[in-house]
Amino acid sequence: MSTENKNWEYADAVEGTGHIKLKEKYGLYINGEWVAPRSKTYFSSTNPHDEAHLAEVAQANKQDVDAAVIAAERAYHDVWSKITPAERGKYIFRIARLMQEQAKELAVIESLDSGKPIREARDIDIPLACNHLFYYAGWADKLDYAFPNQKKEPLGVAGQIIPWNFPLLMAAWKIAPALATGNTVVLKPAETTSLTALKLAEIIDEAGLPPGVVNIVTGFGDTGAAIVAHPKVSKVAFTGSTAVGKLIQKTIAGTDKKATLELGGKSANIIFDDAPLDQAVEGIINGIFFNQGHVCCAGSRLFVQENIADKVIRKLKHRMQSLQIGNPLDKNTDIGAINSSEQLKTINKYIDIGRKEGSECFQVDCALPNIGYYCKPTLFINVAQSSVLAQEEIFGPVLTIQTFRTIDEVIQKANNSPYGLAAGVWTDKGSKIFNLTSKLKAGVVWANTYNKFDPASPFGGYKESGFGREGGLHGLGAYLK
Amino acid sequence: MLKAYNINDLPSSPSVDKVGVEERVARFQSRSIKNQAKMQGLKMVLSMIDLTTLEGKDTPGKVRQMCFKAAHLHDAYPNLPSVAAVCVYPSMVNLAKSIVGVHGINVASVSTAFPSGQAPLEVKLADTKFAVENGADEIDMVISRGKFLGGEYAFVFDEIAAIKEVCGRSRLKVILETGELTTLDNVRKASDIAIYAGADFIKTSTGKIQPAATMQVTYTMLQAIRDYYDETGKMVGMKPAGGISNAKLALHNLVMVKEVLGQEWLNNEWFRFGASSLANDVLMQILKTDSGVYQSSNYFTLD
Repeated sequence: MSTENKNWEYADAVEGTGHIKLKEKYGLYINGEWVAPRSKTYFSSTNPHDEAHLAEVAQANKQDVDAAVIAAERAYHDVWSKITPAERGKYIFRIARLMQEQAKELAVIESLDSGKPIREARDIDIPLACNHLFYYAGWADKLDYAFPNQKKEPLGVAGQIIPWNFPLLMAAWKIAPALATGNTVVLKPAETTSLTALKLAEIIDEAGLPPGVVNIVTGFGDTGAAIVAHPKVSKVAFTGSTAVGKLIQKTIAGTDKKATLELGGKSANIIFDDAPLDQAVEGIINGIFFNQGHVCCAGSRLFVQENIADKVIRKLKHRMQSLQIGNPLDKNTDIGAINSSEQLKTINKYIDIGRKEGSECFQVDCALPNIGYYCKPTLFINVAQSSVLAQEEIFGPVLTIQTFRTIDEVIQKANNSPYGLAAGVWTDKGSKIFNLTSKLKAGVVWANTYNKFDPASPFGGYKESGFGREGGLHGLGAYLK
Repeated sequence: MLKAYNINDLPSSPSVDKVGVEERVARFQSRSIKNQAKMQGLKMVLSMIDLTTLEGKDTPGKVRQMCFKAAHLHDAYPNLPSVAAVCVYPSMVNLAKSIVGVHGINVASVSTAFPSGQAPLEVKLADTKFAVENGADEIDMVISRGKFLGGEYAFVFDEIAAIKEVCGRSRLKVILETGELTTLDNVRKASDIAIYAGADFIKTSTGKIQPAATMQVTYTMLQAIRDYYDETGKMVGMKPAGGISNAKLALHNLVMVKEVLGQEWLNNEWFRFGASSLANDVLMQILKTDSGVYQSSNYFTLD
């Protein structure tokens, strides 16, 4: 009496793009105005799903950056440091509300420009970005309570450089605490994902923020370098690769610029045999495949207690098979497109290395779109600590699996990395969790969950994963002296 | 029939993290089911329903009418499947069988002193035998929740195994009454006991206790089925019952079955909904998906 045998597949559920407004060409947002770049050069922002052109974006050169920094400095002295903290808070609240109102448009543009699934842009990136603004807006007039009896003062102009993995969210992470504490901003989004930052500039304009308080300049690495090197920039906030973080450190050495660097990671996700296994498997999936693995705190090194390794790997493979890979705008897509062809090349390079090293490789059995930048979710099983794959940040949907026998062993192996951004611990035993959280050298340790973010919770790294904290009270401190 | 396992063969059940389960369930619920997937899914739901009446006031008249509806869900719309089974008390099995048997619809009978299960084993065995002898194709038994919560797992295990023996060729569904087990850890443990004791199906609830078939509970039970399948290669069916009264929730359940167990379970041999009011909402959605407009509920029969 069994019914139809035809497989039940989800039909396409592609989010529409009719409601989004993108200009053909974006200038630079400097001193409250859209200006053409002095470089007279524009570059194309493309959709990693189908390589289609989305918009022309201005390429800021040194003179453009100079103009932005001067505007920010003037705004700092003339307006932003003079108005009351409560007024500052009101502006930030206004920006947050406008972002909420335009959440759907922002989510679609974010997905188009970055390749991330619309589900994540809609449910995570945009709401979290709004929450950061709301959170810090609330602090603006309460700094005396955050730092009692300390008479904290803002730093001046903050130069902020953000990555392509969470474009709007990172912009909000950076701008919100800077404005709340009374600083002005020059922000540069990543070259492959400028569009939501430019939409944010439109929102800021609509919110009536005084000219020059937030300036958004687009461009490549040299634009960022010009911001970092500019003598009027008092604070550098950077999220991106460790290599660039080191360059920034060199540039600002000997100056009195303050810096927070949020860099790479190779975070350990540790599963003990007493863990809730099915939820741990979800945690592994969420840890490494969230945003195609383009997450600095991705749980890219999985440590499984050896006595449950076979079971966990079997469950993991089965779970991976139910991931939907494809058009990021489809509401059912779990894994979207890799952000750029360059990044796809990097990931594929590492997959080749893993295969050559002889680790067992598992990839989801599915068809990938013919065009666009796609990569199958990938596991490498039986990996050793000395494997390149277990040491270097891949920044893609590639997980290495190592086994361990004892707690001491796994702590040692987890800490045996130049990075120290995050870690995950899965066990039913509370005492084990506290033991590990105190011994793991990582800025964030998640217990029985992974990749959870909240504006009230500080985020940042140990060792070569950077320094300084963003989020929470700690995030305020980074913009004050 | 030989017992395949005894309580000592039971693997220790993994712990279940409620927060993690809720997150996973939320992901199933965020799946967008549209167009042909929706139509196919809705028809599948209809074919998986165990149309149920389990009331003290059940009469032959009531059962007769429900059985007619089981075979004639909505004759105004052609090519609809019938439901999988009707589910009644043992005293109504004979009558139900005489009506739906010819349509290829199964008769399921609750038994073992449903819904409380508070009766001696002999009574439960006699209850079950009666239903089987009257033609029940499926037996929906309840476990002894009191014994389970008292830690007497071997009692619960042996009772299920004993009932399974008298079921003969009738398929055994074991009702855990998850609303009384209260934790997902208990749900998982009871699922493992039922499966290893010989259940052909595990079922969430009697429908008499709230909460009943929440997606969190069903998900936990599906994971137990998955693990058993991975260990032994044997399939066990799943029946959420109680509280699934609309088409959307039913489709989300199918999403969950598809992603946790796979396509092989997406038919009425391995998945059922125990429900009394679900069918009409599904019918209404089918007609709406087809025509684009909702019809008045007056056009859908209440049997």
